[in-house]
Amino acid sequence: MSEPVLEIKNLNVGYGLGDQGVRAVRDVNLTLHRGEVLGLAGESGSGKSTLAYGMTRLLAPPGVITGGQVIYHPAEGDPYDVLALSDERLRKFRWAETAIVFQGAMNSLNPVHKISTQLTDVLQAHEPKMSETSRLARAREMLKLVGIAPDRMDAYPHQLSGGMRQRVMIGMALILQPQVVIMDEPTTALDVVMQRQILGQLIELRERLGFSVIFITHDLSLLVEFSNRIAIMYGGRIVEEAPASAIYKDALHPYSQGLLGSFPALKGPRRELTGIPGSPPDLKGMPTGCSFHPRCPKAFDPCAGNIPVLGRPGTGDGRTRSVACWLHPTGEPVG
Amino acid sequence: MKFLLQRVAFYVFTAWAAITLNFFIPRLIPGDPVQALITKYQGQLSTQAIESLYVLFGIDKNGNVWSEYVDYWKQLFAGDLGLSFAFFPTPVSEVLSDSILWTLMLVGVTTILSFIIGTGLGVLAGWRRGSWTDGLLPVTTFFSSVPYFWLGIIAIYLLTGPDSFFPSGGGAEVGLVPAWDMYFIPSALQHSLLPALTILISSVSGWILSMRNMMVTVSSEDYITVAHAKGLPERRVALSYAARNALLPNVSGFALSLGFIVGGTFLVEIVFSYPGIGFQLFQALGANDYPLMQGIFLVITISVLVANLLADVAYLFLDPRTRKEG
Repeated sequence: MSEPVLEIKNLNVGYGLGDQGVRAVRDVNLTLHRGEVLGLAGESGSGKSTLAYGMTRLLAPPGVITGGQVIYHPAEGDPYDVLALSDERLRKFRWAETAIVFQGAMNSLNPVHKISTQLTDVLQAHEPKMSETSRLARAREMLKLVGIAPDRMDAYPHQLSGGMRQRVMIGMALILQPQVVIMDEPTTALDVVMQRQILGQLIELRERLGFSVIFITHDLSLLVEFSNRIAIMYGGRIVEEAPASAIYKDALHPYSQGLLGSFPALKGPRRELTGIPGSPPDLKGMPTGCSFHPRCPKAFDPCAGNIPVLGRPGTGDGRTRSVACWLHPTGEPVG
Repeated sequence: MKFLLQRVAFYVFTAWAAITLNFFIPRLIPGDPVQALITKYQGQLSTQAIESLYVLFGIDKNGNVWSEYVDYWKQLFAGDLGLSFAFFPTPVSEVLSDSILWTLMLVGVTTILSFIIGTGLGVLAGWRRGSWTDGLLPVTTFFSSVPYFWLGIIAIYLLTGPDSFFPSGGGAEVGLVPAWDMYFIPSALQHSLLPALTILISSVSGWILSMRNMMVTVSSEDYITVAHAKGLPERRVALSYAARNALLPNVSGFALSLGFIVGGTFLVEIVFSYPGIGFQLFQALGANDYPLMQGIFLVITISVLVANLLADVAYLFLDPRTRKEG
């Protein structure tokens, strides 16, 4: 559990350069451990998708990675920095080591090719020695794994429902048995019943195949249920990181508390949903100090002046969690 | 298959409507060839001479329109399009078959070439957008908005002359008999060079522009990001994922331009006095040559319809979403 598989160190990602540029991800440190589900939550524009695209080097221009490292620990061999890979090595790294399931379930498949073609071309690109028949057999096996009848192999994407398409994408993501699967709001385009079904299936597959998951969503309630650890992002920074249960029971950062207060609990007494006043910060004109302080109900003197560092809080179970807030001055910084 | 039959039925109906219009329209135009001749001879023709001219040209003043219409269909199925007035007594079908080869060779080859070259360059420019290839865009915009016959006039003005390699007009050296031999073919090629280049330059630009724009649009689709994330080779992402989808709208444009091979570029043929269909149409108009006009319109109509049918078939193959499940 404690062995890391992906370490993000001081990652900075921006859009555009110079005066026109904005910094969407700032000094992010995050470690994904082997076999865990790490949730990444935050409002729209908090930088969570940019972080995912940044660490896999999939950002389209004008997105640029302005600094940092993404250290990947392969199953065998020495760890290496993904951001420093050559184009050809990056191509081989992609999907074989980290696969991604994207938010647009409807548009993630190429409309003019059959499902089988899109499943096998990954194999063709990464394992050129594999024979045509074994490629097809593997593709069929993956479809079965995600609960799609293998006779849908010859279907085109438009002949599948949204849920089926997303399951095909999950099957595709697992076809090379990657160690890390990044899920970027994989179920936002689907209804709640389908969401549950697919996520339940994913967790089951994870237990069987043992990959790690970075799960990105704005739906904190979903994360509390499905992930081991949760990192909360605000204004491009990670403001709190803790085991899922700790976040749920005892969130330290006022922003995490606000997020938790904005969805209803299934059990317990009825309470009023509060939400968070104001709107996410403009990346071009970030507030000074803690970027959350203009919206924070608990803001006090130091908040506007200095940026709080992500560090271990002094209290209680401080070993396993970290927070960036002046209410919880840090003993030791992380990273 | 059912879809295809439906399309064929639709095109047959369209062809019938077009041919019927084709029959009536020349008859609605004022003036007839005999009147034109009378004017030409300034009243020096006797009444008998005029009568014999009418008989000679086959214009029966006493027949009604309906029987002419029925006769027209009968002749059409027999491949008989009547006698040309302007090239009397050559049959229209012969005039057409002489000239259509010129047009197909010149415009057909250049249309296909320009589509292939333009689409290829467009894929490249769209995929490598933001690089030096974007510098081509103002040039292509300029050339695609210039009328090609004007480009032809400029080319004649600048490049032809008594000592020039490029002839200023005609299909081949005067006096050469069309044949697949070493005298005629080089001369025909030499004569087709300028008109071909004119069409090529102006139409290639349009293909580049539209293909590049579609590539840029498609490149931001989710499945392109997925293809990158899958670690597919760059070539496969560009061709099998991006270009394959970007091509679809261009295919229908290509089919339309195939339809206009016969009739669409007749201004170029006029500018270069190229003995193709367009040039014949121009002469037929001047001479009130109804049978020839009808024949040419018929050829244009049918080629547009056939091209559209081809586009439908191509779409069936290229875009699975248009296929209906049987």
